[in-house]
Amino acid sequence: MPNHSIQVIGLHKSYKQQQVLKGVDFEVEKGSIFALLGSNGAGKTTVVRILTTLLQQDSGTATVNGFDVASKPDNVRQAISLTGQFAAVDEILTGRENLIMIAKLRYLNNPRQIADTMLQRFGLTDAADRKASTYSGGMRRRLDIALSLVGNPQIIFLDEPTTGLDPESRIEVWKIVKELAAGGTTIFLTTQYLEEAEQLADRIAILHEGRIIAKGTLSELKQLFPQAKVEYVEKQPSLEEIFLAIVGKKEAM
Amino acid sequence: MEAVKKHFFTDISVMLGRSMRHIFRSMDTIITVCITPIAMMLLFVYVLGGAIQTGADNYVNYLLPGILLMAIASGIAYTAYRLFMDKQRGIFERFHTMPISRSALLWGHVLTSLVSNAISVIVIILAALLMGFRSSAGILPWLAVAGILALFTLALTWVAAIAGLSAKTIEGASAFSYPLIFLPFISSAFVPTETMPSVVRAFAENQPVTSIVNAIRALLSDQPVGNEIWVALAWCVGILLAAYFFAMRVYKKRV
Repeated sequence: MPNHSIQVIGLHKSYKQQQVLKGVDFEVEKGSIFALLGSNGAGKTTVVRILTTLLQQDSGTATVNGFDVASKPDNVRQAISLTGQFAAVDEILTGRENLIMIAKLRYLNNPRQIADTMLQRFGLTDAADRKASTYSGGMRRRLDIALSLVGNPQIIFLDEPTTGLDPESRIEVWKIVKELAAGGTTIFLTTQYLEEAEQLADRIAILHEGRIIAKGTLSELKQLFPQAKVEYVEKQPSLEEIFLAIVGKKEAM
Repeated sequence: MEAVKKHFFTDISVMLGRSMRHIFRSMDTIITVCITPIAMMLLFVYVLGGAIQTGADNYVNYLLPGILLMAIASGIAYTAYRLFMDKQRGIFERFHTMPISRSALLWGHVLTSLVSNAISVIVIILAALLMGFRSSAGILPWLAVAGILALFTLALTWVAAIAGLSAKTIEGASAFSYPLIFLPFISSAFVPTETMPSVVRAFAENQPVTSIVNAIRALLSDQPVGNEIWVALAWCVGILLAAYFFAMRVYKKRV
């Protein structure tokens, strides 16, 4: 058994005339954070949908947790969970009811207790009995991630987890991702923010026009560029740092 | 696969619990479904009824079966709506990446439709009782009526599932039910078909609503049901099977 949680070889996918994936290869090590970086329309979501058994590839193979996604989708589903681009929470149910529902669907004992633990862990205890439709974007995203973590899946897919979030919520999500990885969970994440990949990922692959054009650790990728000339520049605070300082969140990282 | 099968009923009951909560948190869905048929009943009984010759001495009795079918036809539109919302909001994707039975998702919606339509049917029958509806039928005929109505609801709910799963817009998801709501007007639900011009009459006498209405009417008034009940059952089962088949096909193709 290789030390790979995810292995993708020669993945092709077309929608009608349009070729979205033109031979994608990569592998993700167990317990690591892997970032698939690419601009809008690069095919990131298509890769995620294939790996999470929502979509069938045209050719090539993908194995997740040692099982082929096309022929053994049920085994794959035992090991994964997906947090998609849009928070997939039931808005009419409360946060607590959402968590209990997912715990029941994972056939866990004590769904109520699991819900309580998750609510506490994600700072949602006060809002637990409010309908999810009343939640802010950041709260909804936290609930969404909490739902994905019920039952402790080994591999978590996060498809653009911070798109549309304010800076504070984004940092919160980053913190959660780091904690998860520290606990041994494999994380597959897509993002269009370079900074996010830089902050989180052990390994990065860049998807461009349906192909992986570069992959490796951050320092390996940096070596692809000529040696930087050393210059001394007075560091200006970024707008994000200013914003966070004013809002009183001094480097929550 | 074993595990998935074993948990099929757990999955369905969780799904049923979920969408029943949806219904009880928006009671307006049940109220809207009841109000139009009750208003229609008032209109026909107290405004138009005096001028309609049905041969029956109690027009409410004559009218009720058609009104119930109308209520069900408008009630199932909400199933299409809820399925469409699930598809739209990404909650389907969450469920589909979990090791749960895929058809349990649809069955949860279908059972919810049965329960919510049963509630509206009971409310409407209570309203009809206030307006003078009386039945001499015993337990067995009533059970038969309940069975036919349940079968009719199931059949139309699967039609609604096709609409909800394949619609591109929210309007499209519910628009399909308008012709279904209209169907009782061109049937024996409000007036005897004998008074209609021949082409209309031919349509009215051979569409499902007429045989279902006639069968329920006969059961409720303790009359012999004859062949009508078999024609009615054949329609319901036929629509049910065809709609189930297509709904499952759409479901597998779309998700």
